[in-house]
Amino acid sequence: MRKAFLTIVALALAIGIFYKVGRRGSGPAQPGGSSSVVHSVAPDFLLQDLNGQPLDLANCRGKVVLLDFWATWCTPCRGEIPHFVQFQDKYRDQGLQVIGISMDDSPRPVREFYQEFKMNYPVALGNEKVAEAYGGVLGLPVTFLIGRDGRVAAKYVGEVQMSALKQAIESQLQAK
Amino acid sequence: MSVRHALANGLSGRGAASASSAQDQSASDLAPGSAQLINPEDLVKILQAPKGEKPLILNVGPHLLYMQAHIPSSEYIGAGSDSQGIESLRRRVKPLPHNTFIVLYCGCCPWSHCPNVRPAYNELHKAGFTNVKVLYIADNFGTDWVYKGYPAIKGQEDR
Repeated sequence: MRKAFLTIVALALAIGIFYKVGRRGSGPAQPGGSSSVVHSVAPDFLLQDLNGQPLDLANCRGKVVLLDFWATWCTPCRGEIPHFVQFQDKYRDQGLQVIGISMDDSPRPVREFYQEFKMNYPVALGNEKVAEAYGGVLGLPVTFLIGRDGRVAAKYVGEVQMSALKQAIESQLQAK
Repeated sequence: MSVRHALANGLSGRGAASASSAQDQSASDLAPGSAQLINPEDLVKILQAPKGEKPLILNVGPHLLYMQAHIPSSEYIGAGSDSQGIESLRRRVKPLPHNTFIVLYCGCCPWSHCPNVRPAYNELHKAGFTNVKVLYIADNFGTDWVYKGYPAIKGQEDR
């Protein structure tokens, strides 16, 4: 009995030491969960787009927003973007706004990519604050569909199935 | 914290194969199940064990993802897909003995699409390091590490 108790104490100490190792001005990463912001009001953000213009989510209220966290080095993201360009063209008049938030570490490749892929929607460089507001972006791509009421209708982790996304966008566009 | 999902993907344990067998394989392969890989649950066991050699853990992914969450005690090196990241890796390992136990990881995107781990592994292989493992992250660092409850911290690099 005493041996079992000592083993438990030793294990608890070992785990405690493990958690402490290497911490310096940092805190535990909070598991955002796969659906932490779904059905909640989409967190506002104010960023600068690639042209230096303000990109304020609050200005999109009343529109359906497709918010895409992506990066130039992310192969699945590169596959999705031509579809998002098409969606922006097709549904612009019905009130769709696509927004790209790049998780690249520098703007240069993003600018080149923007030109190469003829992106027709605003793109800004992301930061930790925005990523964490959306539950943490701990892998790419991650895409959010935000309804006209400003609430997050869906979160897609990984490469999204375009037919399902198209259907979801159309459904949100029809909602008043 | 409990170690979960052991054997979930049928790869557990294979990552613990000897370094020599890893050297026999193609440096750029890193196919799921290959000896160069270590599974998250196996790495957690090593880190939590009161005894045994602890690896030097190097993150070779994007900085913005590292800042949100990373393995405690892991060092940020730079993206393995970037020449500056590879140069930084070379500098970091230069003074180390070639048998140093090193674990590389990224987790930016699904394994087959990760642009960072293979160049980083190949660089260490080329430099003659014989005890290098790459953390097998099937989908991304969130899904395969953080959301499983494995230890993670955010913030600046620990160097």
